[in-house]
Amino acid sequence: MSTQSDNQTAAAGNRSSGWVVFVFFMIGLVASIISGWVAFPKLLYSTKQQPIDFNHQVHLEQMGGQCNACHFFREDGSFSGSPTLEECKSCHMYPMTGNENEQKFIDEYVNQDKEVPWLIYAEQPPCVFFSHAAHVRGADMQCATCHGDIKNSTSLREYQENRLTGYSRDIWGKSMLRLGEPDHGGRRQKMNDCAECHLKETGSKGNCFQCHK
Amino acid sequence: MKIDRRCFLSLVIGGAVGTTLTPVPWKLTDDIAIWSQNWPWTPVPEDGPSKFVKSVCTQCPGGCGITVRTIGDRAIKIEGQPDHPVNNGSLCPRAISATQHLYGPSRIQGPMKRAGERGQGKWEKISWDEAIKTVTEKLAELRTRGKPHTVACISDTDGNGSSYLMDRFLQAYGSPNFIRTPSSADAQELALYLSCGRQGTIGYDFRKADFILSFGCALMDGCDTAGQVMSAFGEQDKKTRLVQIEARLSDTAAKAAQWVPAKPGSETALALGLGHVIVRDGLYNKAFIDNHGFAFEDWQDDAGNTHPGYRSLVQDHSPDKVAKATGLSEKVIESLARSFARAHRPVAVSGLGSAAPDSLDQALAVFALNALAGNFQKPGGVFLIDEPDYLSWTEMKIDKTASAGNQHPRVDGAGSEKFAHTRYLPNRLPEAINSAKGDSPVQALLVAGGNPLYTLADPRAAQKAFEKIPFIVSFSTFIDETAEQADLLLPHPHFLESYQDVPTPRGMAHTVVSLARPVVKPQYDTRHMADVVIQIAKNLGGFIENAFPWKNYEDFLRKSLSDQWKTLEKKGFWSDSRSRDTSLDKIFRTSSQRFEFFPMSKFAAMNGNGNKKAGVEKIELPGNIDKLPLVLVPYTSMRISDGAVANTPFMTKTLDANVVLENDVFVEINPKTASEYGLSQGDKATVKTQAGRAEVRVNLFEGIMPGLVAMPAGLGRTGFSDYIAGKGANVYSLIAPAADPASGLNAAWGARAAIAKA
Repeated sequence: MSTQSDNQTAAAGNRSSGWVVFVFFMIGLVASIISGWVAFPKLLYSTKQQPIDFNHQVHLEQMGGQCNACHFFREDGSFSGSPTLEECKSCHMYPMTGNENEQKFIDEYVNQDKEVPWLIYAEQPPCVFFSHAAHVRGADMQCATCHGDIKNSTSLREYQENRLTGYSRDIWGKSMLRLGEPDHGGRRQKMNDCAECHLKETGSKGNCFQCHK
Repeated sequence: MKIDRRCFLSLVIGGAVGTTLTPVPWKLTDDIAIWSQNWPWTPVPEDGPSKFVKSVCTQCPGGCGITVRTIGDRAIKIEGQPDHPVNNGSLCPRAISATQHLYGPSRIQGPMKRAGERGQGKWEKISWDEAIKTVTEKLAELRTRGKPHTVACISDTDGNGSSYLMDRFLQAYGSPNFIRTPSSADAQELALYLSCGRQGTIGYDFRKADFILSFGCALMDGCDTAGQVMSAFGEQDKKTRLVQIEARLSDTAAKAAQWVPAKPGSETALALGLGHVIVRDGLYNKAFIDNHGFAFEDWQDDAGNTHPGYRSLVQDHSPDKVAKATGLSEKVIESLARSFARAHRPVAVSGLGSAAPDSLDQALAVFALNALAGNFQKPGGVFLIDEPDYLSWTEMKIDKTASAGNQHPRVDGAGSEKFAHTRYLPNRLPEAINSAKGDSPVQALLVAGGNPLYTLADPRAAQKAFEKIPFIVSFSTFIDETAEQADLLLPHPHFLESYQDVPTPRGMAHTVVSLARPVVKPQYDTRHMADVVIQIAKNLGGFIENAFPWKNYEDFLRKSLSDQWKTLEKKGFWSDSRSRDTSLDKIFRTSSQRFEFFPMSKFAAMNGNGNKKAGVEKIELPGNIDKLPLVLVPYTSMRISDGAVANTPFMTKTLDANVVLENDVFVEINPKTASEYGLSQGDKATVKTQAGRAEVRVNLFEGIMPGLVAMPAGLGRTGFSDYIAGKGANVYSLIAPAADPASGLNAAWGARAAIAKA
């Protein structure tokens, strides 16, 4: 026949001790922090290479140093974005240099009459209305302010694609905490980034319908 | 060391706490939001360079110029064309949302033949060759049997190139039965023809007029003239005074300087009453009437019989009598007459865009007010616009069969001795078929525009008549109420996919011809109806083939418009306000060469009709007044399409919750009348007329006269798509036609009705 205190002692003897529980807690904590900060970003983003390694610097030298030689405004004021095959072909119908990337471009795209599936670092979802004209022509902003110093680049950066949304990592920014400047030298491009800049430059974050029409 | 459940829980809790200290939950939440916004079935506009194509909206007779923004082969947005003389950039919701019909599920995607019973909705896809062969064989067979006159064609217009080609085809084939669907234009055109001797339309210089007296015109409510009137009212100076005579506070009445709520059906009496005051007080334009008026005073015909003139006619319409008929005070009538007569540039308008048709006498009585003011062919006045003559024709020869067929009387009775001057009597067509003994007088029907089984008064009778027609071909773009009952569907392209010439819209004070053109490539396997008819003519051979020396409709337009085609291609329209005749000497082409107040031709027609008494006809509504004590009147709305083609889903979305709620339509009733029937706001009720009944809801509205029930026109569709069909009830199905004795046209401005709580 056992007493009540015997029962308590027996129960305590069967349980794990406090420090063991704490160790497990810490294991869980540390493991999740590590996987959240290290594994998660690697899982979330897949790394892709651009179909052709494009040298902006060389092209700018040839095109008079103007971004809008290729990234131009259309007559109606809308922005053309990346050049189409038609536009590239106006110079690169045939090889102009011995460059292997140029040869690849001609073989795989010009000769097959196929658009180059460029991966666009600054692509926004279709629910976002953004006017380049308002920023470049209206507010006299420089391309590099948002896009970084692309014009002096000799090679295209790797493209990190968010597996869930399909958009570039540049939009959120390299830093998961959204701290510091993005390493491409431009701006992060989430909604709050737009609002922040607008607040600073115009005194107002703007209205919803200005961008979400 | 012992590992148990507590350790496991600690691990999980530690993991959970740790996760909150990582970006995982916050970043994932954000990413999931973006992922959900980009599901592949969410429509996304194309990206690319925009193009702007100038065209014209052909969804109603209004003829508004449009600019369509396209990206690639996709029409993105429709806006008003800023320099178009009709609408100057204004546009109604129907035109703005036309892309919903272009890309919507109501389209007929290719030629089809009926597979099940009529109306069952079972169709079998066929090729164009087979479809055209089927029609050709049927027509050839009827012709061989000597019955070409049993072929009829219904069209929603007789003014543009493709309707001319249809009519020409019937003539070459041997049928007199080209029938235009009814509209408020019918009585106006007849009134113009009888009083001025001209076939065409009445143009009003709304932009320069200083006083507009509108007898129930849906100037700012209707589809027919919306763009034109909206742009005119946007531009005009504040001095222009619009007076709206209407039993209901419509948008037009609400925007008018004065709203005159007269009893519906009393407009003729009111117009004559105004004439009475103007004549009595000598306020009319004496110079105009002396030099260019006929039958203002009593007149004698060739046989020496004396007939009453306008002065005698209005004698009976003293303000006290008219006050009783209209429910207005004598003071209002007197002051209205004086302000009209004293205005510098007044116009009196009726029948523009109204949901209910006018009687011929109403059209004549209102038109006569313009003659009293003598404001013809001058700025701010009335202009007589001839029917389109911009298409040049080659003469055609017809064979004996065609000649014999053409000499048969028309199946609708138009142009007969009884209705000598009326060109089309579509509302008599169902009766003519239903009352015929033996075979239907129409053996083959080509529905080339219009949607008669929806828009005809009392569509049930029309449905019965259609059941007797052995062969029905629909050229409709959409699976509308008429196409549902056809045997063969030969889909015409959407107006954003094809060429179409658009003649001067009604009410315009000068010539404006526009060109609708392909804005995008055809989405489906469609063919222009004029191309199909040209092909059928070629297949039939002989004189019929020779009458069509064109490759297709575009070839026909290019050749027959010659120089003007270039202007149309470049500008999208061509307009001519300079060559308008401002001299009054030659504009009246009646037998008297004057404006006829009491048209001799009408008198002759009425005599032929056995009606010796030369008076004014009042259109009485049929039905027992004890059992049906109220009057149902239809009304038009800018946000509801009341024509052949139904609303776009977008338009229905814009309707207020007291017009349409879920699938119920609201009728407007004055609170006083509603309380007599124990009805409150939102109640479900049944409206009953001689022609039918409908389930509705009640909207109490102070802006409608007691004793009336007003219902919007254009709802209660059965065709088109699930997005459109099944909303409300079709008001036309509640209003049986009432023939105007003077013209034979339907003049039922409403229907006797009863309402009871459901």
